[in-house]
Amino acid sequence: MPEPVIVARDLVKTYGELSAVDGISFEVAAGESFGLLGPNGAGKSTTMRMVGAVSTRTSGELSILGLDPDGSGPEIRSQLGVVPQADNLDTELRVRENLLVYGRYFGLPRRQVAARADELLAFAQLEDKGKAKVDALSGGMKRRLTIARALINDPRILLLDEPTTGLDPQARHVLWDRLFRLKEQGTTLLLTRHYMDEAEQLCDRLVVVDKGVIMAEGTPAELIRRYSTREVLEVRFGSDRNAAVAEQLHGIGERVEVLPDRILVYTDSGEADLVRITEAGLRPVTSLVRRSSLEDVFLRLTGRSLIE
Amino acid sequence: MSALETRTDAQAAIAAATRPRRWGFWYVAEHRFRVMRSYTGTVVVAGIGSPVLYLYALGVGLATIVDASGTTIGGVSYLVFVAPALLASAGITAATEEFSYPVFLGYKWNPTFTGIHSSPITPHQIVDGVIVSVVVRLTVNMVLFYLLMLVFGAVPSATGFLAILAGLLGGLAFGTMLMSYTSTLEDDTGQIAMVMRFIVLPMTLFSGTFFPLAQFPLWLQWIGWISPLWHSTELARVATYGYAEPVWLTAVHVLVLVGLAVFGWVLSRRIAVRRLEK
Repeated sequence: MPEPVIVARDLVKTYGELSAVDGISFEVAAGESFGLLGPNGAGKSTTMRMVGAVSTRTSGELSILGLDPDGSGPEIRSQLGVVPQADNLDTELRVRENLLVYGRYFGLPRRQVAARADELLAFAQLEDKGKAKVDALSGGMKRRLTIARALINDPRILLLDEPTTGLDPQARHVLWDRLFRLKEQGTTLLLTRHYMDEAEQLCDRLVVVDKGVIMAEGTPAELIRRYSTREVLEVRFGSDRNAAVAEQLHGIGERVEVLPDRILVYTDSGEADLVRITEAGLRPVTSLVRRSSLEDVFLRLTGRSLIE
Repeated sequence: MSALETRTDAQAAIAAATRPRRWGFWYVAEHRFRVMRSYTGTVVVAGIGSPVLYLYALGVGLATIVDASGTTIGGVSYLVFVAPALLASAGITAATEEFSYPVFLGYKWNPTFTGIHSSPITPHQIVDGVIVSVVVRLTVNMVLFYLLMLVFGAVPSATGFLAILAGLLGGLAFGTMLMSYTSTLEDDTGQIAMVMRFIVLPMTLFSGTFFPLAQFPLWLQWIGWISPLWHSTELARVATYGYAEPVWLTAVHVLVLVGLAVFGWVLSRRIAVRRLEK
């Protein structure tokens, strides 16, 4: 096992009375893709900011590439690429100029930055947009430009805070494709999501965070195995009837979860259970059998849905 | 082996941060220059146009009435009297432009400062870089203004070029204080416009710009004493036409302006750390 590039122990961040992060510990190995999964306000972004050496921790230990962010902020940041939740590109500059000025912040010579900027524009599929105004780009393009900017210094670790929020499916697809390529190249990725979709495949390991603490840790498959069943049967009886019907589902599946709009039956065979439900004379308006996801893990761990 | 690897990581990071630690402020200034380039036209046209307009309207137009009445202010023509004040005022105006909206923008509207801070650049360096870039822009403004004053024949004294420094100091004194204020704004619900209307404009009227401060009753003169514009104007007058004032007073002007500039600078740096590293 190679030496971890990020080590956090009992990391705490409080703002006055409020503790945003309340004793989080994790390690990320070089080349690993590590995810922080949790709802908005769980402390993911605060953790990211501490790892990004832009927010001082209240207590606990934190080491990035063997350095302490207290005192070695610039050194650590020289090795990071940061994709923030909200784009903060300079809209007063053109697309390529954003990369040029950013590269200089790492002390790179102008010529090197210019060459790198062109490579990255190609990587981000923005070759023909170099002279465009930032505001003229679509949401997906801006996101790709932000990622390109984060890569200008060839970072050892890339921090991505909700990288695909607000993008249409096609733009998301392109973005994930780029992230997979970076992973293949050996870049360490640390990303947060409040919704797991493709990240499930990208992350080697993840922690589920809620209210500033870690609820569970493992590979996506492990977590699903440990906290959920193989399949999930989703049935809808109409929002006014769901709760009443759920009473009658005792003995079906391993566990039943009632959400406002649907009932989730955790089971090893969704089809078989669906047959049992209809045989019992219950007629769902719609039904769906799917594989368990991290969303189900989160629901099990916290009793709440990730997206509220 | 693994310990050696970590050490190499750390060493690589330390090496990579050497240049940003030293030159970071300059990279920020470079960034600002690039942004300013998008409004170079405005800077140059305003930098030439507005001195020409003011010098002509006041120094030539209004001056015909003032000079015709036979009264002189301290023995010089009205043009010579008003020109250094107009230069000082132009310095404050340009500084106000650069330290108001662009600073608020960097923290809030288009949080480029947050983006810059994700790189090795520190909050202190962001503030330093912004100030350095404004010093360069102000210098261009002040030199242009001074050259036009020469064209208008408004500079009898050989030490006139020192007015450029006076204008620069005035702009920085007011500008860095303004920056520390705009750095604290969470929302702009008209505060910046209020600053222009209720601080910059009255300051221009009550700082001995168009007539000597002594014309005011004593209970209004204090506005001038605390106004960076008055100190900068008086300094510029000493430089361009040898305006007679005690040496200690000239020293006070310099001290007040330098003091305010340093105070505003340090304050802006502190606010930047608090705001960007919370």
